[in-house]
Amino acid sequence: MRPVVFRDADEAVADIPDGATILVGGFGTAGQPQELIDALRRHGARDLTIVSNNAGNGDTGLAALLAAGQVRRIVCSFPRQTDSWVFDRLYRAGEIELELVPQGTLAERIRAAGAGIGAFYCPTGVGTMLAEGKEVRTINGRDYVLEYPLHGDFALIKALHADVAGNLVYRKTARNFGPVMATAAACTIVQVASVGDLGTIDPEEVVTPGIYVDRVVPIEPAEPGVAA
Amino acid sequence: MRTVEHADRGPLTREELARLVAADIPHGSYVNLGIGQPTTVADYLDPAADITLHTENGMLGMGPTAQGADRDPDLINAGKIPVTELPGASYFHHADSFAMMRGGHIDVCVLGAFQVSQDGDLANWHTGEADAIPSVGGAMDLATGARNVFVMMSLFTKKGEPKLVPACTYPLTGRRCVTRLFTDYGVFLPGPDGVRVRETYGITFADLADRLAVPLLALVPTG
Repeated sequence: MRPVVFRDADEAVADIPDGATILVGGFGTAGQPQELIDALRRHGARDLTIVSNNAGNGDTGLAALLAAGQVRRIVCSFPRQTDSWVFDRLYRAGEIELELVPQGTLAERIRAAGAGIGAFYCPTGVGTMLAEGKEVRTINGRDYVLEYPLHGDFALIKALHADVAGNLVYRKTARNFGPVMATAAACTIVQVASVGDLGTIDPEEVVTPGIYVDRVVPIEPAEPGVAA
Repeated sequence: MRTVEHADRGPLTREELARLVAADIPHGSYVNLGIGQPTTVADYLDPAADITLHTENGMLGMGPTAQGADRDPDLINAGKIPVTELPGASYFHHADSFAMMRGGHIDVCVLGAFQVSQDGDLANWHTGEADAIPSVGGAMDLATGARNVFVMMSLFTKKGEPKLVPACTYPLTGRRCVTRLFTDYGVFLPGPDGVRVRETYGITFADLADRLAVPLLALVPTG
């Protein structure tokens, strides 16, 4: 279905139910859709599963969602950072579940979900504690671990610019997980610095085709010259 | 090639070690430098060596750390430090970035380590302590996927225990993946029949063999 442009982040996330699995873009704060996450926090959905590379930085964005007690489980590759005190406290108190996934396996599991792949054999992690309990198969003399796709009910991502067809371009390393997460959720919600008419993006430069995008929310960048 | 002993000097400083690793990276390579000490290798790469740096958060052609007004929150490295882009740089998403690793397109990665075993197992992501918060990031993907896995570390812990060991006691990052080990006391080539010593610094081969519990093999000239 063609995407819908929302003028208000709160309206764009208003139907996210308790218990939803949500793919959240970003690598640290680069590409993190902070205003959409803030809207989700205000909306108040609870018992969420969050799939994201990190587990929040400082006290804003994803960290604030965790601090509000809305997240039951997080699937990520790198929760521990110098400014991950919110996650650290919840984890040590047993108040959040963690599924730790190697970063490339996390990206590929999301990609597989968006591409209709049932499962895949991956060499990463063979012989380590992150492969414990998983099927291992030897193919052409090399061992691989069976990994399953990671689907989202919703994806919250950030891009630089969209057109009204939902085509997206990103900015520098803020692209990170956005393009794969956009493909892997039943409903993909994108915050962008600007939305243009059809034809404002050169088709050769589209990174995420609009077929993957359900909702677009234009949000003015907080600082002049810096993408929102 | 034969084992070269540099016993008439001290062990390598961290800067000398970074310089040695940099000099060992083949011209024209695509290289991923891990977070921490490996990042400093970039400071010693010869600009004429035509080396392209990969950062797993989605960029090839990464330039030096950004300063002042050039700092851009959308342009960071894997350690989340603001960096710059060089002419010819490219951006791509995370699944592509890690396909480059697993697919064998990254020539060399340089990683730090808690321990390396004699046959090249790597432990560098988790201390295994009960209250530690495990974080793996891209360490396992790099260890498994890069064509050559260089490790740089001190050879001994602060308590004097060897970090080149018969078998890792810390949780593994990857099995039999380390191709070259650079330490303050020497450069080692792990393998199934023992660890070849390419060169030593501040110690003789014989003294090194005394201090380590792994079988050391001297390189002998061939041909």
